[in-house]
Parts: sequence; C-alpha cells; structure tokens
Amino acid sequence: MSESTCPECGGSVSIPANAMQNELLPCPDCGTELEIVRLNPPLLERAPEVEEDWGE
Amino acid sequence: MRVGILVTHIRAEEKLLIAAFQARGVEPDILLDRDVNLDLIAGASQPAPSGVAWGEYSVVLERCVSTSRGMYLQAILNSWGIPTINSYATASVCADKLLTTLALSRAGVPQPAARVAFEDESAVTAIEQIGYPAVLKPVTGSWGRLLARVNDRDSAEAIIEHRQILGNYQHHVFYVQPYVNKPGRDIRAFVVGDETICAIYRTSPHWITNTARGGKASNCPVTPELDALCRRAAAAVGGGVLALDLFEDPEHGLILNEINHTMEFRNSSAPTGVDIAARVVDYALRQAEVVV
Repeated sequence: MSESTCPECGGSVSIPANAMQNELLPCPDCGTELEIVRLNPPLLERAPEVEEDWGE
Repeated sequence: MRVGILVTHIRAEEKLLIAAFQARGVEPDILLDRDVNLDLIAGASQPAPSGVAWGEYSVVLERCVSTSRGMYLQAILNSWGIPTINSYATASVCADKLLTTLALSRAGVPQPAARVAFEDESAVTAIEQIGYPAVLKPVTGSWGRLLARVNDRDSAEAIIEHRQILGNYQHHVFYVQPYVNKPGRDIRAFVVGDETICAIYRTSPHWITNTARGGKASNCPVTPELDALCRRAAAAVGGGVLALDLFEDPEHGLILNEINHTMEFRNSSAPTGVDIAARVVDYALRQAEVVV
C-alpha cells in the first residue's frame, strides 16, 4: 500500500496494493471521487464529472 | 487469442472482469476511450491505444461508462469485422427506450404501455391518454436521470416546459408510460447469452429503485417464468450480456421495463452467489473462440 494526496482537500489517500491505473477511488476525507492516473509514484486527479450519457 | 476491454475508467465491475480474465490465463488489454483517435476509413490495421492493431483482437468487451463513446466504438469495430460484447446492433436498441419498446413489442414481450409525442400540446394529450400518474422518461439516459412521475396536468405542463428548455433535442422527445404501482421493489435479471444467470430484487422506499440511487439488492429466485421472459426479451434486442429490469405489476404480472447493455453488477454477485464477472468472461471467451 502506498500513499498519495487528494488534489481537492490535500488529505492523505491510501492506494491499495492491488490498485490499477485509471481506477476510481473516493478521498476518505472529503469524499471527492478521484482517479489514479499514475501508480508509481502514485498520482491522483479528480475523476471526470458525470456526463449526461453516462450509465449502463 | 487477444482480448481488449474498452473503458472510460476502471470501476469495480471492470476490476472484477479483468481479474476473471486473468483467472482464465488471459491478460486483457485495457483500452481507454479517452485515448482513441481513429481513422474511420483506414480500417482494422491501424493501432489501438495498446499499440496493437485493432484487427488482432478476437473480441473486445465494451465497458465504457459513456454510452455514446461505447456505441460508436462498437459500430466501428463491428464494421471492421471485430466482435464486441455487446454488438452495436444490441447496444443501439437498448440505449434507446423507444427502440427497446418497439423491439419488445415485435416479440410480444409484456411491457408497460408507452406513447410518444414531440410537441407540448400533443405531449400533454399523450400523458392524459396514458393517465395519471404517468412517468415521463428521456429516451436515452441511465441511473434514473430526469425520470419524472407526473401526477396531474399542472405537473405535466411544468415538466414539459422544463424539458423544452433543456438543450439536448432528445429531451424534446416525450416518451411516456403509466406509473406501475410496484410493491416497493423491482427485479433486475442478468442474461448472459441464452441463460438467465441470476436476478436481484431492488428494494427502495423511493419509486426509483436503482441501486445507484440507494436501492437495496437481495436475491430473487430465477423462476421458469422469469427465465423464459428474460430470455425472450434479451433475444428481442439482439442478445448478449444484458441486465433486464422488470416490474411485478399487480394487474399484469411480470412486465419488462428496460434493458441495459453495459450493466453494473458490483452489488449483485454477493446476494445471488453467482460470479457474474466470471460468467461474462466465459461468454466473451466463447465468442472469441468462435472467430479465432
């Protein structure tokens, strides 16, 4: 497990050992949905906003 | 055999699917839709975002959360002879509630009544022919977005006016169904190929029971009646890997509400005990073997 920083609130975010690039995960502090854009070293960005055609 | 998974990003479902492929000794290429830049004329010899030519893929599992990206990519790949799950033919019907209604109607699948109108006045008339309470739905869209229960003429006129102001022309297609007084739950059934592999009840105090909106999932036994109806409905829209939403109508019994072609299932394997990702992957690999 590694650590990164939430780009929204600056809080610490644990990256699970089995995390994948482009995986989504929420910030445990502020709840913002984040995307792991790089694994080594980990880098988080805000996940894209939901668009009108998103869904099943 | 080379397998690709088209994604917008990696959600719980895609992670489960990737793990299921790996459990069968297949390492799928993850193809991000944001990286796609295609020459529409050049064909399948051009490289996918993985660097491999598109034509090398035996099958591509489409898992884009963006419906438009997923459908265009299915259309392109199918036109190049590359099988996708699901096919563009299936996805294009399921992505549009009006087209789904027509397909189910042709197959004689029981479903709620439905009308369509395109202008304010005719839309109010359509709603009143259906009767209050009615449900006004966008023909495209998901997760219960912009579904409106219309209880009276005042709300009908207000909702139609609001829809007319929305920019997307599809909001000016007024697709209306009767409100089905379901028993606090609906049914989501999962069809893979020619089999209804499992089903869940989605229970919610709210009339929109989608689990993305807080509906709770519990196991729903796949009865012979449910299985037969689901397989008939899936075949009506072209078949594949599908999630079917059904109502238990107090008057008419089981009726088909809608069909989803890029299904979410993270909350459904635990209550049903069915490894949905594994079943989807087995189906995908069977499709790939057919064309290898």
